[in-house]
Amino acid sequence: MKKLITFTFIIFCSMVYAEYPDGNEILRQIDANMYAKSMISSSQMIVHGRRGSRTMKLKSWTEGDDRSFSEYLAPPKDAGTKMLKLEDKLWIYNPSADRTIQISGHMLRQSMMGSDISYEDMMEENELIEVYSAVTTGEEIVNDVSCWRLELTAITDDVPYRTKKVWIDKKKLIALKEERYGRSGKLLKTTEIHEVMQIDERWYPKRMIFKDVLKKGKGTEFIIDEIQFEADIPDSRFSKAALRK
Amino acid sequence: MIKFLAKGLFRDRSRSLLPILIIAVGVTITVLMYSWLMGFSVMFIEENARFDTGHVKIVTRAYNALIDQKPYDLGLLNVNEKIKTLSSEHPEVHWQPRIYFGGLLDLPDEDGETLSQGEVIGFGVDLFSDPFESELLNLQETLTKGSLPKKKGEILISEEVADKLGIGIDDLVTLIGSTMYGSMAMSNFTVKGMVRFGVQAMDRGAVIVDISDTRSFLDMEDSASEILGFLPKYNEKITFEISDTFNAEFNDENDEFSDIMTPLRKQSNMEFMLQSMDQRLGSFIFVFIFIMSLILWNSGLMNGIRRYGEIGVRLAIGESKGHIYRSLIVESILIGIAATILGTAIGLGLSYLLQYNGFDISSFMKNSDIIMGATMRAQVTPVSYYIGFIPGVLASVIGALFSGIGIYKRNTAQLFKELET
Repeated sequence: MKKLITFTFIIFCSMVYAEYPDGNEILRQIDANMYAKSMISSSQMIVHGRRGSRTMKLKSWTEGDDRSFSEYLAPPKDAGTKMLKLEDKLWIYNPSADRTIQISGHMLRQSMMGSDISYEDMMEENELIEVYSAVTTGEEIVNDVSCWRLELTAITDDVPYRTKKVWIDKKKLIALKEERYGRSGKLLKTTEIHEVMQIDERWYPKRMIFKDVLKKGKGTEFIIDEIQFEADIPDSRFSKAALRK
Repeated sequence: MIKFLAKGLFRDRSRSLLPILIIAVGVTITVLMYSWLMGFSVMFIEENARFDTGHVKIVTRAYNALIDQKPYDLGLLNVNEKIKTLSSEHPEVHWQPRIYFGGLLDLPDEDGETLSQGEVIGFGVDLFSDPFESELLNLQETLTKGSLPKKKGEILISEEVADKLGIGIDDLVTLIGSTMYGSMAMSNFTVKGMVRFGVQAMDRGAVIVDISDTRSFLDMEDSASEILGFLPKYNEKITFEISDTFNAEFNDENDEFSDIMTPLRKQSNMEFMLQSMDQRLGSFIFVFIFIMSLILWNSGLMNGIRRYGEIGVRLAIGESKGHIYRSLIVESILIGIAATILGTAIGLGLSYLLQYNGFDISSFMKNSDIIMGATMRAQVTPVSYYIGFIPGVLASVIGALFSGIGIYKRNTAQLFKELET
């Protein structure tokens, strides 16, 4: 009897989910839309803390999944701070101490520049399909936009979030809302995209809000002012020597 | 009668010397033990005050909610103005701002790459403008190598951290942390000295930096984690009065960044610890005095019994039983008073000696997590002056009262039998 019930349940679920597109296929389409071989961007990060807001300006260079470089341009206290990511390693250069420090271990979980984004979050640049398996669990309206609801489960161990729930804009194939869960199943972070922009054929987030749910405050707003895809970036940009320049 | 009995006691040393010596020793031990335990209590309060609680502490309400985490990003702003106001309102209190922070201490190699790195707990205290903090934290005494920082950019680190990371005097190290606003903070410091507090909680990873350097490192200009207030001498009643007045004016339940002042007793688990310590010390003192009273009561009892022969003769020559009983009591009072005065004087002398010179307990504190100093001292209080009278006079008089009852059971016929033998 038990087997019959289980079998019926599986068939029922398959019939229900069969109405929705394959989750992994959606992930591939998202990756195709979001990921470029290289990009250069100028952005603002506004941290809405408990004691007010603070705006930082930065410029970033990214190449594939493995290499990225960021330089903080403002405010004066943070200007000149640079970060270099090479594969799974991260270095930070601080101009006032004129020192380069490698961030590793539990330090990676620390907040990046006081924001709701951790260094670990910043390093998470792999294509989704490489690290997650997705199941489409329904459809919902998010900010008046019809979305697929996907549940992502990690297929590798070295990911900061074991599971994710994402709401994907059906037309633009961009995640408008995301919930990130820890190994215990506890909700740790949320991301909401409030504005998107079209660059050539791509749809890309313009303004988004990250929120560390374990932290008090109103979250961190991230605004991309300018972005250039498939840009030529010299190899020297992704070197430790570039940190001190 | 008293003069007559006193002369008798003075002339017949066999009746007075031994009882006085026994009672005086008991009283000395009682006074010394009481003062020693009071010293422990005062030391516990003062050690916690100087390292952590102050006699009163001012923080923001938001900081207070997470006080165990010492979240300096929720610390106090406009600290100089606040201290100025507090100093004019409470000139008897010394106000001291402090910043506590966590971070990494990084030792670079010749190329500036990390050679070794370890977690540290930072203390941002005023080292330059006022010697109060250096004296309060006994920095000169705890210094094991080098010297105290004399100018900006110099740092003191615990000897244990230095050994672990291979840091030497005059080495350049980098402190890594987060500013008050969450940005990454890095600052270079020269190691000028190494300290050992004798307390594992501190020695495991303490670094001490002048507050001006800490402020610039953590982007906390005119800010502090906490403002501690120190009275010339701890007085619980005054700490509660100052706190009540301050909170009535500044503590606003609707503003998480309004200031709140907490007296030492109400901070973290101090209330529980002090209460439980008071109870334990109280029980210990009670049990000790009770045991000492039993001993001295027994001594009074023995003293009475020892004189059965003499009492028999006095009865035989016609002295009334009541008169003998009363004279025995008065004698015990005289002996009790004389011995208690002697014992209290010796006890107070020893207590004062321990109060000013202390007793080194560092060898017992090597692995302690409790914030306690390495020198234990006694504390003479007004009670020290009269506590010895309980076992000294009362117990020995009660002993005489009981042993004296035997006088009324004394039988003249029995006496002559005893005399025949």
